[in-house]
Amino acid sequence: MRLNGAQILIECLGEQGVDTIFGYPGGAVLPIYDALYDTKDIRHIRTAHEQGAAHGADGYARVTGKAGVVIVTSGPGATNTVTGIATAYMDSVPMVVFTGQVASSLVGRDSFQEVDITGITHPITKHNYIVKDVNQLPTIVKQAFKIAESGRPGPVLVDIPKDVQVAVTDYKPGQVGYGTIKKLEFNEGISGDVDKAIEAINECKKPVIYAGGGINIAGANEKLVEFAEKIKAPVSCSLMGMGAFPGTHPYYMGMVGMHGTRYSNYAFSNCDLLIAIGARFSDRVVSDVRKFAPGASIIHVDIDPAELGKNVTTPIQICGDAGEVLDIFNENVDLRQENGWNAQIEEWKREYPLKYKMNGTLSPQYVIEKLYELTEGQAIITTEVGQNQMWAAQFYKFTGPRAFISSGGLGTMGYGLGASIGASLGRPDKRVVNIAGDGSFRMNSTELATVSKYKIPIIQLVLNNHSLGMVRQWQDLFFDKRYSQTSATQDVDFVKLAAAYGIKGYKIDKNEQVEEALQNALGAEEPVLIECDIHPDDKVYPIVPPGAGIVELID
Amino acid sequence: MKYILGVLVENHPGVLSKVSGLFSRRGFNIYSLAVGMTEDPGISRITIVVEGDEYIVEQVAKQLNKLIDVIRVSNMDRESLTRELALIKVRATPKTRHEIIEIINIFRAQVVDIAKDHLTAEITGDSEKITALEDMLKGYGISEMVRTGAIAIDRGNKLLNQPE
Repeated sequence: MRLNGAQILIECLGEQGVDTIFGYPGGAVLPIYDALYDTKDIRHIRTAHEQGAAHGADGYARVTGKAGVVIVTSGPGATNTVTGIATAYMDSVPMVVFTGQVASSLVGRDSFQEVDITGITHPITKHNYIVKDVNQLPTIVKQAFKIAESGRPGPVLVDIPKDVQVAVTDYKPGQVGYGTIKKLEFNEGISGDVDKAIEAINECKKPVIYAGGGINIAGANEKLVEFAEKIKAPVSCSLMGMGAFPGTHPYYMGMVGMHGTRYSNYAFSNCDLLIAIGARFSDRVVSDVRKFAPGASIIHVDIDPAELGKNVTTPIQICGDAGEVLDIFNENVDLRQENGWNAQIEEWKREYPLKYKMNGTLSPQYVIEKLYELTEGQAIITTEVGQNQMWAAQFYKFTGPRAFISSGGLGTMGYGLGASIGASLGRPDKRVVNIAGDGSFRMNSTELATVSKYKIPIIQLVLNNHSLGMVRQWQDLFFDKRYSQTSATQDVDFVKLAAAYGIKGYKIDKNEQVEEALQNALGAEEPVLIECDIHPDDKVYPIVPPGAGIVELID
Repeated sequence: MKYILGVLVENHPGVLSKVSGLFSRRGFNIYSLAVGMTEDPGISRITIVVEGDEYIVEQVAKQLNKLIDVIRVSNMDRESLTRELALIKVRATPKTRHEIIEIINIFRAQVVDIAKDHLTAEITGDSEKITALEDMLKGYGISEMVRTGAIAIDRGNKLLNQPE
């Protein structure tokens, strides 16, 4: 087949099974958009801004497990995706971003809309490419998807100069190999202290399991339940690990760390064996590393060898896929009986449940609890970043993987709306609710245009405290209530904002209105925005103050 | 403490910047870095001398290993052969020239260029030897010095491109 580079790209995307692209056209991708014009099999979602395209692809990838695909133009089109790429990189989300580039002859001359996007994205991609020859394109696309989706997933960027997009060559479908990259020949398998781990598990008296996002990525959720039930170990999740272990399970202890439950943090601090699987001991979990799990031996299982020993010194390290390692554990560890440790955990749970105060007449935690009830825990929840995100993690019980979609590592305000678009397109069978705060929602609310254009039936739950809640909370607790730039943010009427995009909106300000509003929204097969007027003094508790150990919670 | 890393990489444009960029990004200090082609033209070899402790070196090696273009990383042992080359341009008057040449000879280095006021020595050896010559010549006035950074190879039958 004689095809040009742009047509070859679309062919290759088809071969990869791509059904949805998030993108925005522009000068340097005109040939690609021209080729897309003839394509029936791939749906293109034109967002309002390239950042929204990147978050959309990210949300799509997190709910489906397949790489999200982005196409944007050169220069500002490319740089606008940078926050989205960094978000995906920090949370190990597979994504392939295609950027147009000025023609090869113009590269390096500061041409119109030229930017060194591979240079810019080195630190935030698993790998990136500049395609110099149209004949390399099929192999590069194949490698890009393989790299993005294998091992610890992550974003890959492919920069395609305009002359490569129009260059014509022979293309033989189905005959493209992975090329000569030596890295791709490696088969990692499992390595490390497997026997030592089994021995430690069999000998411990007070085990705790620390489940991270790796469980969800590996789809090892059922194996984790089997493991926990076999060794009778309580389980806490990191933020990325939400859904790794069912929130309804008696052994579940909720989140651990800065906004973890008291019982999680107590259990970590008093256990004699901490079993971390697919988690990376982020500073938001560990706080003061010297006071972290002081009496415990630690088993660390991760597919990325660079995580082992990076943030916390761990005596027993295993590198491998979470599911495969859990298979070995489940086959080889002894059945344990519940003992005083399990009783102690239950006592802490009874003594220190998650609770909240009523400051206003509508409480955000109540809204989320009601949402959980009405959706029976079956919705996909996306979040923005800040208090809204922590409340969602604390008060919605996730029962499976790929249901809590949130920017954990980078903490990207403005992530949720774009991600909810991608999540809904990836899982049209699920209700998707974006739990937002007024601050972060405003950052990228322009994507309501995309929601409206494609009639995506997402619910936007905007918890409006008229301030930048999480930062304000820190100022309240740690900066003498000096609310620098966080209070009384200029108010937006979110119902009118939704109306401007042709989206139905409701405003509620009392707990009594919550059930009806949510029921109406859940019953509607169209996009809805619910603005929840909450009090600026509502806080996320418990909280570990900066520099403290995780037992030193305040609430 | 200094550690020597031997790194085999795909010989593509941009690889060196990915490798060196990783060091600054993760806050690791490079003492020296030398790069060139290997017996296989598709593969380059980088020798990096890094300043730090065990933790830093392990992290550097692991982070380097994550780069797709990096084929293999080895924390070379202390017994490996290391060599560095330096060119030292030292001030030399008719009065001091003879003395300087004598020092250079003792180090088994060579004079590779000579001018009215200067003389250039070429020395090959491990970093300590080069530093020792530098110290000896300092008193005469070193006008310019350039060092390649160390390169290293394992002794005996051990091979970086074919780990056992």
